[in-house]
Amino acid sequence: MAAYQAPPPEYRELPDVPNKLEPDATAHLSPFLAKPDHNESIGFPGELVDNWEEKAIDKMGELLGKYRSFQVYMDACVKCGACTDKCHYFQGTSDPKNMPVARQDLLRSVYRRHFTFAGKYFPKLVGARDLTREVLDEWHSYFHQCSQCRRCSVFCPYGIDTAEVSMAAREIMDSVGHGQKYCNEILGKLQKVGNNLGLPGKALKATLAEFAEEIEEDTGLPVKIPLDVEGADILLITPSADFFAEPHIDGLMGYAKVFHEAGVSWTLSSYASEAANFSMFIGSYSNLKTVAERIRKAAIDLGVKRIIVGECGHAWRVAYSFWNTTAGIGSGAAEDDEFAQKLQKQLDHNYPIPQHICEFTYDLIQENKLRFNKSENDWRTITFHDSCNVARGSRMGSWAGGQFDIPRAVIKAAANNFVEMDPATIKEVTYCCGGGGGLLTDDLMEIRVKGALPRMEALNDVVEEQGVTHLAAICAICKAQFAKILPIYKFPMDMITSTHQIVGDALVMTGSIQEKELDGTDDDSDENDTDSSEES
Amino acid sequence: MGLMVEGKELDTDEEGYLLDLNDWTRAAGAELAKTESLEMTDSHWEVIDFLREYYDEYQIAPAVRVLTKAIGKKLGKDKGNSKYLYELFPYGPAKQACKVAGLPKPTGCI
Repeated sequence: MAAYQAPPPEYRELPDVPNKLEPDATAHLSPFLAKPDHNESIGFPGELVDNWEEKAIDKMGELLGKYRSFQVYMDACVKCGACTDKCHYFQGTSDPKNMPVARQDLLRSVYRRHFTFAGKYFPKLVGARDLTREVLDEWHSYFHQCSQCRRCSVFCPYGIDTAEVSMAAREIMDSVGHGQKYCNEILGKLQKVGNNLGLPGKALKATLAEFAEEIEEDTGLPVKIPLDVEGADILLITPSADFFAEPHIDGLMGYAKVFHEAGVSWTLSSYASEAANFSMFIGSYSNLKTVAERIRKAAIDLGVKRIIVGECGHAWRVAYSFWNTTAGIGSGAAEDDEFAQKLQKQLDHNYPIPQHICEFTYDLIQENKLRFNKSENDWRTITFHDSCNVARGSRMGSWAGGQFDIPRAVIKAAANNFVEMDPATIKEVTYCCGGGGGLLTDDLMEIRVKGALPRMEALNDVVEEQGVTHLAAICAICKAQFAKILPIYKFPMDMITSTHQIVGDALVMTGSIQEKELDGTDDDSDENDTDSSEES
Repeated sequence: MGLMVEGKELDTDEEGYLLDLNDWTRAAGAELAKTESLEMTDSHWEVIDFLREYYDEYQIAPAVRVLTKAIGKKLGKDKGNSKYLYELFPYGPAKQACKVAGLPKPTGCI
């Protein structure tokens, strides 16, 4: 196994920056190349094409023409240096090529050579270079040491979106058959089976039944996790890790409890059993659209009125920012897009389209529809990790900063002990978990460990000073990354918690064992099962 | 890349997972365990057998929770938890036990 065995970097005094550069410290890191069948399954050449240098430059030209933003980002940087020390990978590795400006310049130097006057005629004077095999390898290495978290962009006076530059670099590499295995294999599975795991419908059904059984044992209530229920009001689109991994599963069971208590009818879809859309990580608009359209198809086929998205960071960015134009979920469908038009008429516009599960729970809390026994969480002292794509790529609620306020309000409604980490590490300037943007793979374990340093330092601070025991998140990647990384930094693995796990643990459901224990009577005022319509 | 088992070379991927799960034998499992530095005991093999049976039926490895519950039912509640599984497979039961069982590596945000 390509596990990273060496110890993590030493903690620094907060705040700090590396003061000694280590050139090429992580030049050896490069993720596995995608196999021909991975590439071909999502519309890319199987392997590096013959005249790839020329094709790659053509692709760059195409992107420059298609995305005005990309052209601006190539031209606008003045090398002011504001971004240099803002990247968690730079902080964790001290490799100067992990300074956002330097990483971008790996691409920009080739841009200058082919698309600027000075670079065409005086390449050496302006640091322009030809696209060689060495340059391609360098791209594959360093554009997979960027998690596209956009923390650096917050500090850029020109507003350069570094993530978009990384996405463009990956798109160019994919277009010549030089893709990354992790993202491309997964995208292929998603389009074939319906989710990143490759979990077939039969297995999904059996798995969900086991979870429902566990909730029933715990609460004494027949809480269902419905699958493919036509005519349900709500379609839940959640990361498939929620069906497979810890602590994700506990989050899913938390959503199920909230839905049950709210008395709404809801369903999962086996056809669209995935919220994740790694197409964004590789900058592939066509794949992004194909994957989003699976969700549209499921919504139309099942006839749902609302679409709710589970705890998944980049998926929420895709849902919030791109579903409307790619699939017509939201508003603004093209007039000639028959299915998008149909879906827009079908969905209930009294609710946000799409809606985040935290928004759903938050609204119920505001309406006093959920009862919590907060003392169930008293053994925990919780802090919250803002996921990069939620923090900087989307919003929740109807006010600026809702994406920060709502998850915190949900946690605080269910738990007494909540503390914040250092303000320089949360909300709009939150650090990436270290595994985002398509880096959550064993072959990149070293960069994942090193890139987690700033978050682990901030966490260690609140553990030591304020006795924090749990780190809550709302992203499947963050959860999986922390489950792997926390033990390396000498924290317990199960310190990482799903936000709806905290909700589920404290929720006192009507008619549940917990309610009877709390109220002290074996009351006979059992609520009628008004929501028995949600059978699977 | 390949894995030598009883004089025969089996195809594996970059991380040493078997490419063809039909190549798997108990001897292959033992060799795969060596690549993970695992000392295989009967307890390990119980997990491996369960994984292969589950895969046969569902074409995928079970969720960790499903695995722990099944182990708990079979071997007693004290073993039906992820701590027990992590003691057996320290790098994570999902990935490490799948490798020894000759199953494809689970993918996704896990």
